[in-house]
Amino acid sequence: MKLTQGKINELLSESACEHNHKKGEKKNKSCTQVAQPGAAQGGCAFDGAMIAMVPITDAAHLVHGPIACAGNSWGSRGSLSSGPMLYKMGFTTDMNENDVIFGGEKRLYKAIQEVAQRYSPAAIFVYLTCVSALIGDDLDAVCKKASEKAGIPVIPVNSPGFVGSKNLGNRISGESLLDYVVGSREPEYTTPYDINLIGEYNIAGEMWGVLPIFEKLGIRVLAKITGDARYDEVCTAHRAKLNVMICSKALINMGRKMEEKYGIPYIEESFYGVDDMNRCLRNIAAKLGCPQLQARVEQVIAEETEKLNVELQPYRDRLTGKRVVLNTGGVKSWSIISAAKDLGIEVCATSTKKSTEEDKAKIKELLGKDGVTLEKGNAQELLSVIAKTKADMLIAGGRNQYTALKARIPFLDINQERHHPYAGYVGMVEMARELDEALHSPIWAQVRKPAPWDTQVPVLVAED
Amino acid sequence: MATVTTPKKSVAVNPLKQSQPLGAALAFLGLKGTMPLFHGSQGCTAFAKVMLVRHFREAIPLSTTAMTEVATVLGGEDNVEQAVLTLVEKSKPEIIGLCTTGLTETRGEDMDGILKNVRKRHPELHDLPIVFVSTPDFKGALQDGFAGAVTSMMQTLPIAGETRPNQVNILVSPAFTPGDVQEIKDIVEAFGLDPIIVPDLSASIDGHLADTPSAVTSGGTTLAELREIGSSVYTLAFGESMRAAAQVLDDRFSIPFEVFPSLTGLDAVDEFLQGLSDLSGVPVPAKFRHQRQQLQDAMLDTHFFFGRKEVALAMEPDLLWAMVQFLRSMGCTIHTAVTTTKSPLLEQLPIAAVTIGDLEDFAQQSVGADLLITNSNGAAISRQLHIPLYRMGFPIFDRLGNGQRCTVGYRGTVQLLFEIGNIFLERDEEKAHAQVHGWRTQKGDGKVVMGDG
Repeated sequence: MKLTQGKINELLSESACEHNHKKGEKKNKSCTQVAQPGAAQGGCAFDGAMIAMVPITDAAHLVHGPIACAGNSWGSRGSLSSGPMLYKMGFTTDMNENDVIFGGEKRLYKAIQEVAQRYSPAAIFVYLTCVSALIGDDLDAVCKKASEKAGIPVIPVNSPGFVGSKNLGNRISGESLLDYVVGSREPEYTTPYDINLIGEYNIAGEMWGVLPIFEKLGIRVLAKITGDARYDEVCTAHRAKLNVMICSKALINMGRKMEEKYGIPYIEESFYGVDDMNRCLRNIAAKLGCPQLQARVEQVIAEETEKLNVELQPYRDRLTGKRVVLNTGGVKSWSIISAAKDLGIEVCATSTKKSTEEDKAKIKELLGKDGVTLEKGNAQELLSVIAKTKADMLIAGGRNQYTALKARIPFLDINQERHHPYAGYVGMVEMARELDEALHSPIWAQVRKPAPWDTQVPVLVAED
Repeated sequence: MATVTTPKKSVAVNPLKQSQPLGAALAFLGLKGTMPLFHGSQGCTAFAKVMLVRHFREAIPLSTTAMTEVATVLGGEDNVEQAVLTLVEKSKPEIIGLCTTGLTETRGEDMDGILKNVRKRHPELHDLPIVFVSTPDFKGALQDGFAGAVTSMMQTLPIAGETRPNQVNILVSPAFTPGDVQEIKDIVEAFGLDPIIVPDLSASIDGHLADTPSAVTSGGTTLAELREIGSSVYTLAFGESMRAAAQVLDDRFSIPFEVFPSLTGLDAVDEFLQGLSDLSGVPVPAKFRHQRQQLQDAMLDTHFFFGRKEVALAMEPDLLWAMVQFLRSMGCTIHTAVTTTKSPLLEQLPIAAVTIGDLEDFAQQSVGADLLITNSNGAAISRQLHIPLYRMGFPIFDRLGNGQRCTVGYRGTVQLLFEIGNIFLERDEEKAHAQVHGWRTQKGDGKVVMGDG
C-alpha cells in the first residue's frame, strides 16, 4: 500500500466513522483535526499503528527508523499473550547518519533477513517512520523482495508519525491487514457462529474475561484483531460471519471494507459495564440470526447478572453516592458512565472531545441535566471542574494520573496503559474493587493534612 | 585497556539505548520553571514523556511542535513559533529547552535562523531564554543528548560577574539519580560551600508533593542561579560526559574545573572529600569520618559475597565506568560490558572488551555470569538465563522509588553494597546447598534432589 495524500484523506474521512457524518459548520472534526504546536498531547500515527499491530504475538515488529521510535517505546505495551512472546521484543534498524544520507533500504533488507533467520517469526511487520519516509526509502519494494528471500510474509505498514494522530495510525495498520493479511489463508473449518473481534487488544489480559462467555454460548472467535492473536488466524478473518468492533472507531475502516469485499456485516459494541456487555451478546446473537443462540444468550445474561449482583453488592454499598469526573475518549466516555451507574456512582462531568454526535447524545441522556461536559480536557480544566463539582475522584487515562495525584485527588486509570482488566462481567468486579480501593484509601486524609507547625492550610486544588 | 567493538548487524534487537532528545529533556527537567520542547512529530514527545513518567512516577512537562507532513516539506518555522507562543500563554515558562529530533535534523532545519526570526517578530519574548540543543535521534544516545543540553545551557545562560569565593558549580551527568544529586549537594554544603547544581534533579523530579500543581518544572536550578554561574570559583563535574560543559565555563569565565568520573566506592569518595577540603580549607567534617568507618565495616561484612563474582553490565558509559571501578574494588570480575554510545572512558576501562550494542548482545555475552546489572528491560534476560538482576540505569519501570535512590558518597556506597550483597548472599546459599546435596545424593551435578534445600 502506497501512502498517498489521497489515501490519507480517505482514511481521515472514513465514511463509516460517525465523526465524519455531520457536514457543514457543526461538523465534528476530531478525525481530521491537526495537532496544535505547543498544546498537542498524545502519540503519532506510528504509535497508533504499533498499538494496533503489536498484539499479534508470533510476529516480529520491525521499526525502520532512528532509535527514538523503537528505543523509547518497545516492550511498553500492555497487551498480554497466551503463548509466543516475540511481539514483546524490540526490533529496529536503528538508522544512523550514514543511512540518512545514503538511504536505509539496504540496511532494512538485511535487517529483515536477520530477524527472519534468528527469530523465525510467523511474519514480519515493518513500520515506516518519519525519517525513513522523508529520505524516500521504498518500503513496499524492500518488503516484497525481502519476503521472497525469507520465505515468510513481510508486511509494510506505512506509518510515519508526521502524517497524523494515533487514530490515523490505527487505520493505516488496518489497511495493511486488509491488503496483505486478511484473506491470505483459509481456516481449517468454519462454523455458522464464527465472529472476529476487531479493535480489542487484550490489555491487561481483559479479553480472557470475555472469551469464556463466548465459548459457553457456542460462539467461535475466528480471529482476534489483534489481542493475543496469532498471525495465521488474522489471515483467515475473511471467513467470519460477523465482525464485532470493540469499543473504538480505531479500525472501523476494516469493518466497512470487509463488509464490501467479503459481505461480512459489522456491529460496534463495548465490553465495559453490565448493560453494554448484555447488549453486545444480544446483538451478536441477533446478527447471527439463530433463535437457539438468542435463548442461550438470555440464559447466560440471567446467570451472569445474578452472580454479578451478589459479587458487586458489598462494593455498591461502599460506592453509592460517590461522585466522579471522567476524562476519556470516544465510546468509553459513555460506556464507562453506564458502568459507573451500575455501581451507584454518579458521573458529574465527562469529556466529549473525541466523541461522535451519537456518543454525545448518549452521554447527555446518561449524565442528566446537572452533568458537565468537558471540551478541552486539559489539566487546568479538569482540576477546576473537580473542584466545582466537588467530585471524589478522577477516572481518566494514565496521562492524567499525576494531574489528579499531585492535587491529592484519587485516580483510576482507564486507558490502554493500565494493569487491571475491566472488560466483561468479571472485569466489572475488578473495576469495583479498584474504585473502592482508590476512594477509600486511608492516605487521602494524611496527604491533605497540613503539618502541625503550619498554621496556614495549603491550597489543595488550583483554581483557574 | 578495553577493546571497543560494535557488532556487525543491521538490526538492533531489544535496544539498550534511548534517544538524544530524551536525554536533553531530562537535563532540562532539572531547571526550575522549565518546559522542554521537541521540534518534531508529536510522537517524539509522547514516547519520551511516557518513558520519563514510567521511570520517575512524576508529572513530566514536555511539549511538541507537532510537525506534520506538510510542515516538514515547507519548513517548521511556523510550528516553532506557534509552539513557543502557546507555551508562553498557557504555561508561562521561565525557560524553554528546545531540542531537535531525527525528523527535523533530517530535514536540515536552520534552527538559529528560525529562532532569530521568531525573536524579531516577537520582541515580547526578549526576556525568555530559549536554550537550543541539536539532538538528532540517529546519532548518540541519552547521555549525549543530556550532555549536549548542559553544554548549551553553559554557553548561553551564565553571565560574567564578580567572583564569589564560596560559590562552586556542580555539573551532574545522567549517571546520577535525583537522590544522588541530593547527597552531592548535602556533602558540598557540609564544607561551607555554596553549590549551584546543574541540572538539579533533586529539586524537581525527586518525588515531592508540592503545595500547588504546576505545568512546568516545580523546582530545579533557578534562572537567577544559572546567570550567576560565571561568578563561581570552581567547577566540579560528575561523570566524564560533563567535561565539555565544564570546559565551556573554563573558556568563558576562566573557572578551573575537575572531573570526577565516579562517586561510588571508597577511593572515589575519598578523593572527592579531600578535594572539597582542599578547595574550602575546611577539614572533613566528623560525620563523614564516621560514615567512612561505616563503609569500611560494610566492605568487611560484604566482601565474602562479592569476591570472584562475575558481573555482566549493560548501561551508559558514565555509569558503566563507575560500576566497573566499584565492582572491581570489591573483588568482582567484569564478565560482560555492553554500552550505548562512544565515550573516551570506554578504552580506558580496566577490562578486556566492551560492546556498543543492544540487549541481544548482552543476553548472548552474559551466559555464565553471577549477576546482571542493567535497566528493567533486563528482566526477561534474567528469567531466561536464571541469573539475578540488579536494576540500574534508565528506564526502571518495575521498581518504585527511582527518584530517591542513592548510590553515591559513603552512605550511598554502603546502601549499594548491601543491596547487591543481599542478592549474592541469597544465591550463594542456594548454590552451596545444591552443591552439598549433590554430594549427598552422589550425583554431583549441583541439582537438588531432595526437596529440603
